[in-house]
Amino acid sequence: MVKIIEKTQIAPNIHSCTVIAPDIAKKALPGQFVILIPDEYCERTPITIADWDVDKGTVTFIFLEIGATTQRLAELKTGDDIYSFTGPLGKPFEIDNYGTVGLVGGCYGIGGIYPVAKALKEKGNKVICYSEARAKFLLYWNDKLEEVSDEVRYSTVDGSLGTKGHSFDLLEENLKSGMKPDRIIAVGCTYMIYRVAEVTQAYGVKTIVSMNPVMIDGTGMCGACRLEVGGETKFACVDGPHFDAHKINWDIIQSRRKAYLEEEIISNERY
Amino acid sequence: MAKISPKKTPMREQPPKERIKNYDEVPYGYSPAEAVLEAQRCLQCKKPMCIEGCPVEIDIPGFIGFIAQEDFKEGIKRLKEKNILPAVCGRVCPQEEQCEIKCVVGKKNEPIAIGRLERFLADWERIEGEIEIPPKPKQTGKKVAVVGAGPAGITAAADLAKLGHKIDIFEALHQPGGVLVYGIPEFRLPKAIVFREIDYLKEFGVNLYTDSVIGRIKSVDELLGEYDAVFLGTGAGLPWFLNVPGENLNGIYSANEYLTRANLMKAYLFPKYKTPIIKGKRVATVGGGNVAMDCARTALRLGAEESILIYRRSRPEMPARNEEIHHAEQEGVIFKLLSTPAAFHGNKNNWLREVECISMKLGEPDDSGRRRPVPIEGENFTMPVDVAVIAIGNNPNPLIPSTTPDIEVGKWGNIITDPETGKTSKKGVFAGGDVATGAATVILAMGAGKVAARGIHDYLINEI
Ligand SMILES: Cc1cc2nc3c(=O)[nH]c(=O)nc-3n(C[C@H](O)[C@H](O)[C@H](O)COP(=O)(O)OP(=O)(O)OC[C@H]3O[C@@H](n4cnc5c(N)ncnc54)[C@H](O)[C@@H]3O)c2cc1C
Ligand SMILES: Cc1cc2nc3c(=O)[nH]c(=O)nc-3n(C[C@H](O)[C@H](O)[C@H](O)COP(=O)(O)OP(=O)(O)OC[C@H]3O[C@@H](n4cnc5c(N)ncnc54)[C@H](O)[C@@H]3O)c2cc1C
Ligand code: SF4
Ligand code: SF4
Ligand code: FES
Repeated sequence: MVKIIEKTQIAPNIHSCTVIAPDIAKKALPGQFVILIPDEYCERTPITIADWDVDKGTVTFIFLEIGATTQRLAELKTGDDIYSFTGPLGKPFEIDNYGTVGLVGGCYGIGGIYPVAKALKEKGNKVICYSEARAKFLLYWNDKLEEVSDEVRYSTVDGSLGTKGHSFDLLEENLKSGMKPDRIIAVGCTYMIYRVAEVTQAYGVKTIVSMNPVMIDGTGMCGACRLEVGGETKFACVDGPHFDAHKINWDIIQSRRKAYLEEEIISNERY
Repeated sequence: MAKISPKKTPMREQPPKERIKNYDEVPYGYSPAEAVLEAQRCLQCKKPMCIEGCPVEIDIPGFIGFIAQEDFKEGIKRLKEKNILPAVCGRVCPQEEQCEIKCVVGKKNEPIAIGRLERFLADWERIEGEIEIPPKPKQTGKKVAVVGAGPAGITAAADLAKLGHKIDIFEALHQPGGVLVYGIPEFRLPKAIVFREIDYLKEFGVNLYTDSVIGRIKSVDELLGEYDAVFLGTGAGLPWFLNVPGENLNGIYSANEYLTRANLMKAYLFPKYKTPIIKGKRVATVGGGNVAMDCARTALRLGAEESILIYRRSRPEMPARNEEIHHAEQEGVIFKLLSTPAAFHGNKNNWLREVECISMKLGEPDDSGRRRPVPIEGENFTMPVDVAVIAIGNNPNPLIPSTTPDIEVGKWGNIITDPETGKTSKKGVFAGGDVATGAATVILAMGAGKVAARGIHDYLINEI
């Protein structure tokens, strides 16, 4: 059980939430996540740690209202408790001096790349962030990202800020015109990270993506999060969630994510 | 003494047709009169063989004697001296191969129904509400961290607390109980019973921290900095898969996932509880142990029209308890024996559509003494199914060994311990239960918890 000390809607249907969790703050590293349950009826839900403060003992995350569980989470207010909050889980991103690193973030991934940008910058990398959304009003944390990176390149589907289109379109444009990053890291919805992987494969740029399969326990016990990477079965919660994008078998991933569509609609209606 | 009935006093249970429509417990348990009748069958042997069969050495004639005299209060006290989870063991212990197989009455007739009597006393105490709290022991000032709140961890914690040590339990999930809560279904072991037994622990001043994954939030080395000793009872939670083509299709679950959704997350109460589970019309479970029976029976309760069990040997080799196999048969689970999946095939959306199996025959006995299944060339067949559950076993979870490099593990990732003390290769760290032995039984895990508690006590007090 953790207490919410701050919760704001930072864009339509996108919330930032800060809780008191000193032990997790002490241990968190860029790219790790928590599994939370808003109230006892909800699902165990994986959520990326977007920021933390060791001194204050707080952990901040960004979430999108999608189904019953994240909607229930959105209803909770400052001062309320989150029923269960476990972390930090998963392996952190490898942080090293690579040279130039491109970080691509969309939806919750904008928050997701923030601590990675910060850590990579501190290691001496040149950090270029690609922040994307459908429209300008759906982007968030622009200031924070700009603070920890050399440059933030925006793209919006409607063209209201930055380049018109998706982050992977912009990235492709950049690669075509000669940019040679040493590494690309992408965090966000499956479609976006898949398209990033496609683009970078063509240019032979090493790419790490953060996968978001369905998870339950987050400790390697259930196998719900299994993926095929380099011909082997991996559990995203303990072996990942970050993998070499060009080794992932993407075929079944999209459909696995939609496996519960029908049930989710029911639980949403009841909700 | 009254004339001994050759058979166990029968236990009433929900009729199969009814029970597959609900999640309630199948057997009802004995009434006091039935319990007394059964207890009177016990010969009160001078040299009771039954005790030898019980891994925690319960004074079986002792507690049964009190039931026969209708002194249930003394009976439960005697039982709890050795077993802090009697309501659990009375239900899920494989009594037929432990205590009951040794009972002398069983030589000619049916043995005494020791498990049922154990369950009776525990249920009686719970319903009568007269749970007696033992006096608080003198504190030693030593602190022990117990990792994992399954039967091994709970037992070690209780025994150490009774010896006056300060105990903190760290559990990865949001609820304690281990397999008792996430794995064994409600219709076999109601969760309220498990929680009640765990609450009893708190009366000894044991602290329980849920949502705490050791290896992540704290390493074993960090625990050793804060505590005088550490007990690892983290179970065998890493599911095996078959490694056949198509196993990652939608609709294929590990037994752990299927049961965790159904039990821990209460998917059978969907949509009140929001965790979904795919309710197949034709569900295939692969395996032949208790876990497989639990999955096949859960599938029926979730509304499957056909629940099919695919097992590679024949019925006598099945590792599941007889009672479980019998219950599954009664409920209409279809047994597809001497077959094993070769591949799973999906539709264009990657949803499971059918399972392709190889037929097997039995060859020479293998290491386990059971006859080895060998494939019959060219005898593949397919069955249409929309959900498959893989229940072929588990390994210990590698999370702790991988974050504690100086702990020695065996071939299967099991932590190596001294069977007399529970000591691992790392000073101050003890282990027991499924993490050391591989998937076994509740009572063996409890026995290991007891052994380790003794080992830890010696280590703390006498530095041995
Ligand atoms: C390691 C990891 C980290 C994550 N970090 C975050 C985070 O920081 N913030 C955040 O908001 N989410 C994050 N997610 C995704 C998040 O867990 C899901 O959005 C959440 O489980 C949805 O729960 P729900 O019950 O509200 O919706 P559900 O009822 O489970 O889902 C409703 C519908 O939306 C679809 N859907 C759900 N999530 C996604 C998605 N990510 N992309 C595309 N479709 C989806 C589902 O398939 C379903 O059809 C992360 C996932 C993982 C595995
Ligand atoms: C479906 C099923 C049916 C079964 N039926 C029977 C039966 O009828 N009779 C019988 O005798 N046995 C049965 N068994 C076997 C029995 O349940 C186990 O042998 C027993 O539970 C093992 O106890 P344990 O304490 O070693 O581990 P577990 O019960 O597995 O408990 C381990 C606990 O440790 C926690 N943990 C793991 N890693 C960490 C970590 N890093 N940090 C913190 N906590 C952690 C886990 O979440 C879990 O709660 C069954 C098993 C299953 C799966
Ligand atoms: S704990 Fe198990 S083995 Fe021991 S007496 Fe009870 S039922 Fe028998
Ligand atoms: S062996 Fe059987 S008859 Fe003898 S004391 Fe034990 S339970 Fe009773
Ligand atoms: S979430 Fe259960 S194994 Fe990864």
